[in-house]
Parts: sequence; C-alpha cells; structure tokens
Amino acid sequence: MKTIAKRIYIALIILFLYAPIGILMVLSFNESKTRAKWGGFTFKWYIALFQNEEILRALFNTLLIALASSLIATVIGTVACIAMNGMKRRAKSILMGITNIPMLNADIVTGISLMLLYISLGIRFGMGTILLSHITFNIPYVILSVMPRMKQLNVSTYEAALDLGSSPLYAFFKVVFPDLLPGILSGFLMAFTMSLDDFIITHFTKGVGVDTLSTKIYTEIKKGIKPEMYALSSLIFVTVLTLLVLVNLSPADKKKTD
Amino acid sequence: MEKELIQLIDISKAFDGQMVLDELNLNIHENEFVTLLGPSGCGKTTTLRILGGFTNPDKGRVVFDGQDITQIPPNKRPLNTVFQKYALFTHMTIAENIAFGLKIKKKSKSYIDDKIRYALKLVNLDGYEHRMPDSLSGGQQQRIAIARAIVNEPKVLLLDEPLGALDLKLRQEMQYELIRMKNELGITFVYVTHDQEEALTMSDTIVVMNQGYIQQIGSPESIYNEPENAFVADFIGDSNIIPATMIEDKLVDILGTRFACVDTGFGTNRPVDVVIRPEDVILVEPQEGIIQGVVSHLIFKGVHYEMEVQACGFEWLVQSTTLFPIGKEVGIRVDPFNIQIMNKPESEDEEAVIIDI
Repeated sequence: MKTIAKRIYIALIILFLYAPIGILMVLSFNESKTRAKWGGFTFKWYIALFQNEEILRALFNTLLIALASSLIATVIGTVACIAMNGMKRRAKSILMGITNIPMLNADIVTGISLMLLYISLGIRFGMGTILLSHITFNIPYVILSVMPRMKQLNVSTYEAALDLGSSPLYAFFKVVFPDLLPGILSGFLMAFTMSLDDFIITHFTKGVGVDTLSTKIYTEIKKGIKPEMYALSSLIFVTVLTLLVLVNLSPADKKKTD
Repeated sequence: MEKELIQLIDISKAFDGQMVLDELNLNIHENEFVTLLGPSGCGKTTTLRILGGFTNPDKGRVVFDGQDITQIPPNKRPLNTVFQKYALFTHMTIAENIAFGLKIKKKSKSYIDDKIRYALKLVNLDGYEHRMPDSLSGGQQQRIAIARAIVNEPKVLLLDEPLGALDLKLRQEMQYELIRMKNELGITFVYVTHDQEEALTMSDTIVVMNQGYIQQIGSPESIYNEPENAFVADFIGDSNIIPATMIEDKLVDILGTRFACVDTGFGTNRPVDVVIRPEDVILVEPQEGIIQGVVSHLIFKGVHYEMEVQACGFEWLVQSTTLFPIGKEVGIRVDPFNIQIMNKPESEDEEAVIIDI
C-alpha cells in the first residue's frame, strides 16, 4: 500500500514536471496546424524545420558557440583550479566565492553588464561577443566540477612522478590529468549544456542578424507560433536532457570501471 | 664504516614562521640503514623531503657524493622515495607503474620487462604485472611502491613511514622484507618512522629527533641502553626516569639511597637523571633488596608481567616473568651497569614526553 502511494506520488511529480514538454513534443508530430485538435502523426514539421535555412544557420551558430566556449572555458577553468589548489586556504576560499557569484547572479544582470562592457570598450557585437560571454558564464561551472576532484587528488602521486624522474609538465599530464579527467569531462558537458541552453545573455550580447537557436525561436514566436518551433524545441529539450544524463552518469561510470 | 654518501649541513627550515629544523647536521654513509625517529612534528619527514628535493631548506646545504644538490629538483636527483600512502598511479597497471621511471629514462623494452620481472620477484609479487593497484591489499601496494622505486637503481632509497598504514602482523613481515631487500640490493636506506620498535628492528643507525633537533645518533643498542637525555630514554621503550644526585664517579644517590653505577665524569654532588629500564629492575624478597616497596599495579602482557612498585616516593615500572601480586612487599635491586646516568635536560626538546599509545 505504502509503496503504491509512493509510486503515485512520484508519478504525479514527474507528470507535473514533464506534461508541458510532453504536450509540446506531441504537438510537434501533429498533422493539424491548430493546437486544438489531433490531425494525425507526421514528421513534416521536422522536415520543414531542416529546410529552413535561417534555423539551420542558428543551429550551426549555437553548436559552434557551445563547443568553442565550453572547450575554452574548460581549459581556463581547469588551469584556474590548479592555481587555486596551490593557494593558501583563505585566498582560495575568497577566490572560490568570487567565481561562484556569476552562477548565482541573475542572467539578465550578467547579460546587461556584459553588453555595457562591450559598448564601453567599443567591441562590435556579433559571434565574437556571444563567444566571450559564453566563456565567461561557463568558467564557474567548470571550476565547480573540477575543484572537488582536485581536492581528492593525492598530492604524493605527483611527487612520486617527479621522484621517478619526470618533468613537472610530464608528471601533470601523465599522473594528475587522468585523475582530474572525470571532473574535467563533466565540467565540459555542463558548460556545453549551459551554453546550448542560454537565451538571456545571448540576447543582450548578440549583434543584429546573428542568432542562436534560442534567440531565433524567440524572434519566430513574436511573429506567431509555427509548429516547426515545437519540433525545434523538442529537439533542443532532448539534446539537453541527454547531455545532462551524461553529465550525471560520467562520474559514477568512472567508479564502476575502476 | 663505509664512506660518507650524504651530508646535510646546517639545514634550517621554517613553515609560516614556525621553526621545523634548526641547523641540522647529519651524515649518512654508503650502504647504511638510517632511521629518522621521533614523534610527529619533530622534523623527520621534512628532513626526508629536503633529501628528496620536495622541500627547499631555508638555509644549509645538501651534499650527495661530494656534489652540492641543494638546488637540484627531485626529478634530477639520484634518489627515489617510497611515499607514506604508496602514491601508486591508479589508472596504470602494476607493470606500467614499475616501468614509469624507466620509460622516462628511455630504456629498451626488453630491459624494462626484465626489470619489472626482477622487481616483482624481489618484493614477492611475481605475476602481478597486469593487475590494477586498487585490486591489491595495502601491504602489496606498498611492496609495489618499493619495486617502482628500486628498478631505477637509486643509490639511496628514502622511505616515509612506509608501514604506517599496515596492521601489526603485516608490519612485522614487511620489516624482515625490508632488511632482506636492503642486504640484497646493497643500497642506502633512509627510513622515517615514529615507531621505535620498527627503528630498533631494522636500523644500522638511529637518529632520534625532537622539535627540530637531533637528540642522539647511534646504533639501536646504544640508543636503547645508553640514552643521552630524558627524551630519548622516554621515547625509546618504557623507562623509569628518576631525579638523582651523582655523589662521585660510580656512585649515585637515587631517592635517598646510594646505588653503585658504572658512569664517570659527571663531577661530584651534581643533580642528574637516571634511567633504569623496567626489565632491569629486579624484584626480590624485601630483605634482599637495596630499597623496599609495595606492588601497586599488575598487568599481564604476554611475554612478561608489568608491575608498578611504590618505593621511596617513586612509582617504579617493572617488567618481570615472575609474578608478584598486588599489595606484596618487595625489595628492589638494580645491577650497576643497568643504571644509565644522564645530564638534566637543558632545553624543552630534551625533556621526557608523555606519549599516548
């Protein structure tokens, strides 16, 4: 009895969480153009989506920005972790606090302040500014996921490598890096997801005529909601969900293979 | 004694203004098993890290085989270290772990394979090449750590409390293993531990340290039988440290009773400390003893009984295979050569400490 109640409760939670997206996904396969009735199953909105050049361009931009920004943020974040790990406790905790602030900050504040910064520096808006912004808000996520790994690191393995004659750089890549890798990977995936997902900051820092998927959807919706947008949103949702599942699985997977 | 291999000259080191080593001087000979022994915080690990190159001394020089190596980084030093927590590379197999140093030195594949086989045989773990470090027990991991160090044929092997994480039985086994390896390899071992029994069992030379100062350097026998100050006496084994007065050469006043001893050169009527090991206190019938007392505590320790005897206002710790029940009046005798006379401590680091076991 108790377990049944528990299951119903969980089912209700999942239902409330996912019903809106579920409806969206169902409608993306709806033959009829109106939202009110089911006109039969079709892929035509997906086909229409992939024939829309503007959307494909936005998709390409999104993937490019996500990949480049998360890669660069991963490198910067990992190096920052190494440096912070070598610091005194006080300096380290202050710096950790500072890097955490952008995550807690409202996106709109980050977006507007970045926009103002670019204007005051006279930087032209476009792909470059989007990339810079995404790198900026991605770094804290990388640090957040690499730092715990860093703390678990056994310092003496690095010293042992030096002791056996390896140079500091070789020791880092051969001994320290493999231990950090799960954290770096999940940091990268998290940054990638965050970048893929972002609307507000991109909205404020993109130039005219440059769009990512999220800003494209926003402009399209202003003109009226077309079923292609359901298809696109469904695709984004599935992608982000898959990435998040990967992020959450990767450390556990590592433990099992160990 | 063989020739001097390592000299530590006037080494000083402070961490955050806290003095850890103060003008330490130490010579280590070729083929010697040297143990740095002391309580935690005595500077023994710092000394080892300075030898390995992981810590730079604030002052002083490290000379290896006539060459100053103070500024040489650890990867260029002809020494290898076995770390306290094994520090095996967990994502590599045992063979890869052992080959790590040899690959850096660009040795040939057949040479490396031979070395791996030889090293695993030496540490009694043949056939473990393809296992992962995590699948090995603590003792096995430690032996792999030793194998990984010795394949590089270092002139000196530094060991930082390598047996600290192992249980008693395994620790004793490993002690014999280490002695055997040392004899087989003919290299110098510098061993850091806080375990006095470990130090006594394995070492050629023991360096007793406290608060950054060397308290005594000597063979296990001389450290145990002739401690130079109260700290050494107290740290190495159990002991009765009793304030006394040296009347003249070979005669000492302990708690108001005169005892014959063998030490000379302490002057006349000078306050000193005497050390008497609990196994050297002989309990006899009251009339046969030099002083008399009453047994106040009794514990069975396996090999012997441990008793406390109240006599002349002092609680004497006694170890004996003969049982004297609590409350029994006994006489105490001590052979003259078992009374070790020491100068009174001149500084805090020479004082006896209470060690919780």
